[in-house]
Amino acid sequence: MVEEEGFQRYLAHIILWIGIAIVAFPVYLAIVASTQDNAVIANGQMSLLPGGHFFETYYQTLFVGTSGSTREPVLNMMLNSLIMALLIAVGKIAISIISAYAIVYFRFPFRMAIFWTIFITLMLPVEVRIYPTYKIVADLHLLDSYAGLSLPLIASATATLLFRQFFMTVPDELLEASRIDGAGPFRFFWDTLLPLSRTNMAALFVILFILGWNQYLWPLLITTRDDMQTIQVGIRKMITTTDALTEWPVVMATALLAMLPPVFVVVVMQKLFVRGLVETEK
Amino acid sequence: MANVTLRSVRKTYPGGFEAIKGVDVDVGDGQFCVLVGPSGCGKSTLLRMVAGLETITGGEIDIGGRVVNQVEPADRDIAMVFQNYALYPHMSVYNNMAYGLRNRGMAEAEIRTRVEEAARVLELSPMLERKPRQLSGGQRQRVAMGRAIVRQPKVFLFDEPLSNLDAKLRIAMRVEIRKLQRRLNTTSIYVTHDQLEAMTLADILVVMNGGQVEQIGNPLEIYQRPATTFVASFIGAPPMNLMPLRSDELTSQIAGADGAGIVGIRPEDFVISGETASGGVALGLTVEAIEHVGAETFVYGSRQREEQGVAANPGELPPGEVIVRVPGATGPAIGERIRAVAPRDKLHLFTADGRKRVAG
Repeated sequence: MVEEEGFQRYLAHIILWIGIAIVAFPVYLAIVASTQDNAVIANGQMSLLPGGHFFETYYQTLFVGTSGSTREPVLNMMLNSLIMALLIAVGKIAISIISAYAIVYFRFPFRMAIFWTIFITLMLPVEVRIYPTYKIVADLHLLDSYAGLSLPLIASATATLLFRQFFMTVPDELLEASRIDGAGPFRFFWDTLLPLSRTNMAALFVILFILGWNQYLWPLLITTRDDMQTIQVGIRKMITTTDALTEWPVVMATALLAMLPPVFVVVVMQKLFVRGLVETEK
Repeated sequence: MANVTLRSVRKTYPGGFEAIKGVDVDVGDGQFCVLVGPSGCGKSTLLRMVAGLETITGGEIDIGGRVVNQVEPADRDIAMVFQNYALYPHMSVYNNMAYGLRNRGMAEAEIRTRVEEAARVLELSPMLERKPRQLSGGQRQRVAMGRAIVRQPKVFLFDEPLSNLDAKLRIAMRVEIRKLQRRLNTTSIYVTHDQLEAMTLADILVVMNGGQVEQIGNPLEIYQRPATTFVASFIGAPPMNLMPLRSDELTSQIAGADGAGIVGIRPEDFVISGETASGGVALGLTVEAIEHVGAETFVYGSRQREEQGVAANPGELPPGEVIVRVPGATGPAIGERIRAVAPRDKLHLFTADGRKRVAG
């Protein structure tokens, strides 16, 4: 760390505070808006101090939903999003750690070809292959289901590559010691490789959970029923109203509620997350 | 308890590189066999073939009367200690030792007895619940040993187990390994590049070079009668002085020395003296460097062409550097001219290509 003197040090702090204000102010505004009366917001006279409708708004948001547009309780949307995000994160980790294990530790024909095929899918995110993917999911009758929401997003080149890089740094002697200790491929994976990958898995989980939680386009396409709606799609639908006032307090409350699970995951996993990114435990 | 027999064992890699070019070794029951050689000589590959970690492309490996060429490492009844110990980083010391036994389906009570016994022997008892990263290098090494001991295998395999330790610890562990092996009386194969380790540990010493065995024998025998110039210069520190012979003057006086092209003299076989025993070699040297080790002193001298006249009965030797060991801390001064004399029975004679010992 460079220790700055006097003015420069204050300048640095001022810049940091400005940055914090830029990030925090909209969040604050959302909190304030969610506690005010909709009519006040609508006529443009919103106070910058919290109003008195906190419990009322959040109760309505969580358990009732908007009276106009979606009419779906946000708690249900959050549950849908949570299930989708968890399925994506856990599914991606499970699939990619197994494929990385196969690619690093087994010799089979076309091993490198398969590796490069996985690598190439990095260039094909959901948006690019959205029509064929939709067609397949529809043909499998997976529209409006959790499987349809999560399965197409589970195949992941990034996580496979990350685990591959990690496995390559695990000393060969560990595998050899395991072989002499009578551990077959499954036992080596389960008893040695998985415990060693714990921090990597935690770091990936954080990233993938947030990625899954923030999905918008794919859920928008394949869910049509209101009770299968995810929160990100729900917010969008709440804002668009045809002949009524947008219920801004409910929208703001929903936006804030949508932020909570990712924040919770990051806070809980922070220690493991940082360790997974900077340290390899060997 | 088992013999280990290697019969013309070969290893050829898919690229065509021949790492092991036909090795025959017979290690008797309870013997300590040391494979020694420079880096890349194939000694580790050979050990890993015995362990089953490398495939065998030719010949047979026999452990306890059973050919194990196609047997999985876990079923060969061997235990191996790796250079970097290869401890499972996430398991406690206890679990590191118990893991192999659990995989064999041994009862937990029996595992506990064995692990605790091994921990007692290796003085690891207070550390059983620690993780490997909380241990010092020497302690990790002992855990690796413990993991091998609890298996009670037919054969111990050691792959340079001491090379990651500091010098002092290495000597202490060397003695411990030898004591332990004597007590358990388990056949052992030990790979090292350190010739001192090799000399002190081995019952049978196998000197390897370029994928081939240069010489097999007991360490003293190899030291006293090296079969090739490679062995002569590899075993012994500082190495044997090897000098080409240019005339028959010397060889004609030694029975059976026909065809000798190289003479070798160990540094400790020289005496600094004015006299020359008949039939021996006397060299005139200019002292260029001196190493005081305490109990002994090594004198590095250069032989000059004009000094050759000093030799009483030598072959004609070209210029070069000669190492002379002098007991005690007193030696000549740098720049001084000395006469180093070696008696005839201390000379080693080799053919000119260094592949064969002819006399001495």
